[in-house]
Amino acid sequence: MAEAMIEFQSVTKQYQGGQPAVDALSMSIDKGAITVFVGPSGCGKTTSLRMINRMVEPTSGTITVAGEDVSQVPAAKLRRSMGYVMQSSGLLPHRSVLDNIATVPRLNGVPKAAARKRAAELLDVVGLASVLGKRYPSQLSGGQQQRVGVARALAADPPVLLMDEPFSAVDPVVRDELQQELLRLQRELAKTIVFVTHDIDEATVLGDKVAVFAVGGKLAQYAAPEEILRAPANDFVASFVGRDRGFRHLAFNPADAVTLHPVTMVGANDGQSAGRRSGEWALVVDTDNRPLGWSSPRDGAGLIPGGSLFRKGDTLRRALDAALSSPSGLGVAVDDDGRVAGVLKAPEVLALIEEVRHHREDAT
Amino acid sequence: MNIFAETIAWLADPKHWTGTGGIPTRLLEHLQYSGLVLLIAAVIAVPVGLFIGHTGRGRVVAVAVAGALRALPTLGLLVLFALLAGSGLMPPVWALVILTVPPLLAGTYAGISSVDANVVDAARAVGMTELQILFRVELPNGLQVMFGGIRTAVLQVIATVSVVAYLPLGGLGRYLFDGLVLQDFPRMLGGSLLIAGLAIVVDLILAAVQRMVLSPGLTLDSRGSHKAAEDLTAAAPAGAAVQGGTP
Repeated sequence: MAEAMIEFQSVTKQYQGGQPAVDALSMSIDKGAITVFVGPSGCGKTTSLRMINRMVEPTSGTITVAGEDVSQVPAAKLRRSMGYVMQSSGLLPHRSVLDNIATVPRLNGVPKAAARKRAAELLDVVGLASVLGKRYPSQLSGGQQQRVGVARALAADPPVLLMDEPFSAVDPVVRDELQQELLRLQRELAKTIVFVTHDIDEATVLGDKVAVFAVGGKLAQYAAPEEILRAPANDFVASFVGRDRGFRHLAFNPADAVTLHPVTMVGANDGQSAGRRSGEWALVVDTDNRPLGWSSPRDGAGLIPGGSLFRKGDTLRRALDAALSSPSGLGVAVDDDGRVAGVLKAPEVLALIEEVRHHREDAT
Repeated sequence: MNIFAETIAWLADPKHWTGTGGIPTRLLEHLQYSGLVLLIAAVIAVPVGLFIGHTGRGRVVAVAVAGALRALPTLGLLVLFALLAGSGLMPPVWALVILTVPPLLAGTYAGISSVDANVVDAARAVGMTELQILFRVELPNGLQVMFGGIRTAVLQVIATVSVVAYLPLGGLGRYLFDGLVLQDFPRMLGGSLLIAGLAIVVDLILAAVQRMVLSPGLTLDSRGSHKAAEDLTAAAPAGAAVQGGTP
């Protein structure tokens, strides 16, 4: 049992003349882990988050952080002791990126030079070039602004980070990048992170534990993401998790046991018509054996773009997707350097999935 | 000689640039009256505008009062104050203060409330106190809109301060009133040009100050995150100048 960092004790928030936004919430949030609050609009997930740093005051109930009742700490002091990242980056438009990052240390009385030096280090930590430090927020892309927001939250090295849909306003590619970056940071920093999202995919990717909220501010299920996908507690969770949950759940199983088959590989120069000549799909590769696309046996259409790639160590979800998204039905597996290691076949991946299922049934 | 040539001759006459009734002296008096009026009006209007902008409280009352004050006729108010409080510098100054508070108040309030609510929310969430939010976030970010109100108020005061010569006090308004009495039209026109010129120069100086104090982070912003100043700031300095300058 992990040590609890934040505890909600029958916390209720009711706005005047309405349904409770949060209804008798009791939960304990593990120290050093990412806990994701997920749910549809109006489920009270953001309200719950904002009660932790007193941006919203509960109607009744108690919230403790590291054993201390938050209502007993002056609000501004409490907030400075936690990092906060929001959806719109919330950066101060009139301050440079460096001064934005240095905001909380400056409020805590750290001298300007020292705070800026620390801010410059943080730019690097969140993967931004140091030249960006002198720019202003309006000169950055959405993804860059969110990185600066994360750096600002980390600047005073708080034990707790509160993140309110921080990646929901950036495009999917950047979001994926930011999620991986957050996981990388978390491996080094081991903060207690409370993360709000409405995206169940994001919740299962990031969360050590996921709290699913139902409309009306009730906690519907609170468990590890793998368990929520495999065994939803009720119909609401099942429907919220969605139709693809069986497929998503594959992301929790490694595909190390999948068989890789050899494949006909041809160079880029003479490979475009190789499929038609040989009568079977041929994989076109560059001089370093990195995949470029497929050559079809049927016509001379030239290079057909390939599907998603399966890297060694990836999950069953990636393996199945690689096979299903490939025009040839053969999923391309690559090694750490991106060189072709072989191909995998969808029926074999499915057989492996069955095997995992039997194995789990035997275990329980 | 037509009136324009006569006016130029009047302005160019070295006699008019020396002594107690000379242009430099009148110009200085004019600036002193304007400065005094603006100072007192700012001491009243800016704190109230900051409070209303930050808290949102008292907005309706402030808008109503500001609108009512703006409807008062300048010269009438001036004479009323002189009759009630007697002669001297302060009665006309107070009358002008009453007319200057509305644009300053509205400009300050509109500037503060134009700041993106998300930015204010974030500042609070990272642990700023309300005063820190006001002075380190709302004031610097609202400055662009606030400057609109300030410049309007300054132009209005420089134009309107001419009327104190009616009481009679000094300032560039002297040339207007004396010229009228003496049927000396070149003197009146010369005085008017001097007032207009002073207003333009002061506004240019304020524009330069605005460029210097505004963070580059705000002027680079091309996405229009700042709401335009609200209706109240759009005072009519031109009307006030006509009303005050040629009674």
